[in-house]
Amino acid sequence: MAVLKVTFTKTKRDKLAQVLWILNWISVVTGAILFSLGIFLKVEINKRGELMAGRDIQYVPNMLIAVGLIACAINFLGGKICYDCVDSTKFLRWKLIMLPYIVCTFFFTFCVLVGALMCYGMHWELEESLDMGLTQAMRFYKDTDTPGRCFLKHTVDMLQIEFQCCGNNGYKDWFQIQWISNRYLDMSKKEVVDRLRSNVEGKYLTDGVPYSCCNINSPRPCIQQQITNNSAHFNYEHQTEELNLWMKGCRQALLESFTHIMRSIGFTVLITWLFELSVLTGVRYLQTSLENVLRQGDPNSDSCGWLLENSLMETARTNMSIIKSLGKSNQINTEYHPTNCRFFYENVSK
Amino acid sequence: MAVMKMKFPFQKRVKLAQGLWLLSWCATVAGATTFTLGCLLKTELHRRAEVMDNTDIHIVPNTLMIVGLASLGINYFASKICQDALDAGRFPRWKNFLKPYFAISCFFTVLMLLTVIMSYAMTGSLESSLKVGLRNGIRFYKDTDTPGRCFQKQNIDRLQMEFQCCGNNDFRDWFEVQWISNRYLDFSSKEVKDRIKSNVDGRFLVDGVPFSCCNPSSPRPCIQYQLTNNSAHYNYDYQTEELNIYLRGCREALVNYYMGLMNTIGAGVLSVFLLQVHTVLTAIHLRFLQTAMEAVAGNENTEIETEGYLLEKGVKETIMEYLDPVLKFLLLKNQVQEGETAPVTA
Repeated sequence: MAVLKVTFTKTKRDKLAQVLWILNWISVVTGAILFSLGIFLKVEINKRGELMAGRDIQYVPNMLIAVGLIACAINFLGGKICYDCVDSTKFLRWKLIMLPYIVCTFFFTFCVLVGALMCYGMHWELEESLDMGLTQAMRFYKDTDTPGRCFLKHTVDMLQIEFQCCGNNGYKDWFQIQWISNRYLDMSKKEVVDRLRSNVEGKYLTDGVPYSCCNINSPRPCIQQQITNNSAHFNYEHQTEELNLWMKGCRQALLESFTHIMRSIGFTVLITWLFELSVLTGVRYLQTSLENVLRQGDPNSDSCGWLLENSLMETARTNMSIIKSLGKSNQINTEYHPTNCRFFYENVSK
Repeated sequence: MAVMKMKFPFQKRVKLAQGLWLLSWCATVAGATTFTLGCLLKTELHRRAEVMDNTDIHIVPNTLMIVGLASLGINYFASKICQDALDAGRFPRWKNFLKPYFAISCFFTVLMLLTVIMSYAMTGSLESSLKVGLRNGIRFYKDTDTPGRCFQKQNIDRLQMEFQCCGNNDFRDWFEVQWISNRYLDFSSKEVKDRIKSNVDGRFLVDGVPFSCCNPSSPRPCIQYQLTNNSAHYNYDYQTEELNIYLRGCREALVNYYMGLMNTIGAGVLSVFLLQVHTVLTAIHLRFLQTAMEAVAGNENTEIETEGYLLEKGVKETIMEYLDPVLKFLLLKNQVQEGETAPVTA
């Protein structure tokens, strides 16, 4: 009992071959799109490389790039095969390659699906990586004289301005670290010394934030020092003031931006996967129908195409026995003989 | 007496028509490109419209768009002529259109060149427009509660951060303007009262700048208040400090940006201009073709060798031929003259 059997006339076969040829070329284009999406993602991740620490999430864009390239190659070959399938003499050239090609493409579509799922699953690792990276960057904000860390101030400032965010979870993160370097603190002043002494670790902590946290939409000039001290500023209440600084945390802002990118890419990869699967189905039908034509002998006759010759269970059993007998060369499998449509109908009517 | 007579074998006519057709299509694409460049420039100018006092500079992108559209139409028309050029049956219907085509084509080609020259000439106008616009922007920075001006603060802040500039000429412009609104000044405080009293107009002036002037490349946290007071900050010398705030003025930054943009667009438009000139020159060859075709018109055998010429009569007579209809239209020539002679003969 074949799985999903379809009868093909000669014209139908030719049309199928032509349509598949065009679809394979479209698949080459989608493969190129996957490749470029992978590169785009790699570039985006590298741009924020200084703010991501710990987990390595480069495997996602690398996977997309590899999948894109392989898709281009496979579909290019598929296009060539389908182009030659219109002519049954040329089909003989590809006869032996077609079945392995179909099997390889079938496993490859699994890779595409895995790639799509990875895009959606990257979320948690990304959040962890960003958390660690941002904490570290904020800690080294003041170290503009230490080689290797001198650009972190610039990076964090530009990040907060561009993504309209402040701190890791919120602006209060800046209260817990010393972001003003000792080089710019006047140690001879009493208040500076008092503040340093009052802290356990000898850090100079203030209730102030860097200027890059300032909100452009605020109607009043930015208040960045003594934020929690209502009496230090006229007509100011820090609990209700929402427009003075950016309220969102940078981890959340970056995560949102990346999630948006990942979702779009994941969706595109899913669509590509469905497309590849449908092209593969078409190629399978073409292969089986052309093989049946060859068995029947008459190139202009009708033939059957199917996905699997026998039912799923039987095919699995047969394949297992073939794999088992690979080592033993003496066994000749006589049960597996070709069938054609007339044989089927004769048997069914009996 | 004809000007520049040449012999034309059939093959040469075919090649000429084909070459011209291809050239016309390239020039059509170039015309579309010019239109796009004009749109781009207009969009960029429109984005910063709040800091510009007048819209005089918009004449440059407007002209570019018109020229682009016109050259698109003209060159499409020319390619249609070329397609019919080799068919002796279809060609005569284009005969009447060739003279206006030349005239209009030359006009728009010259206009293209004028646009590029204009973009350089209008630098001064752009600069003065920006000067007034920025001055107003800085003056109304604090008026976030006045309708019509409430977005000035946002615009100026965004502008200063994006173009990495501060103030009109430089950061000292902020010292001369009250940019902190009275709504946020504590009038019961002694220092506020003193400062306002010490100023002639009763304004609260500080030697400070808004946060958007801060330079992120500075190694130290931004100093925006008491900029000229060295003792107010540790290890700070305002004369030598270069990295703390942006030293460039926004007018200079914007003028440089727009000049750079217009230079790039000007280079593109110049190459389109050269292509257009090439097309017009080839169209002059088409004139040869036309005259050659006219010679073929009466003949049944279209594949003979024919002669072509640039101008049927001499240069002076041809110019008069072109100008006559224009002058008549402008009523400079007396049309009654011809009518007067008629009754005499009758």
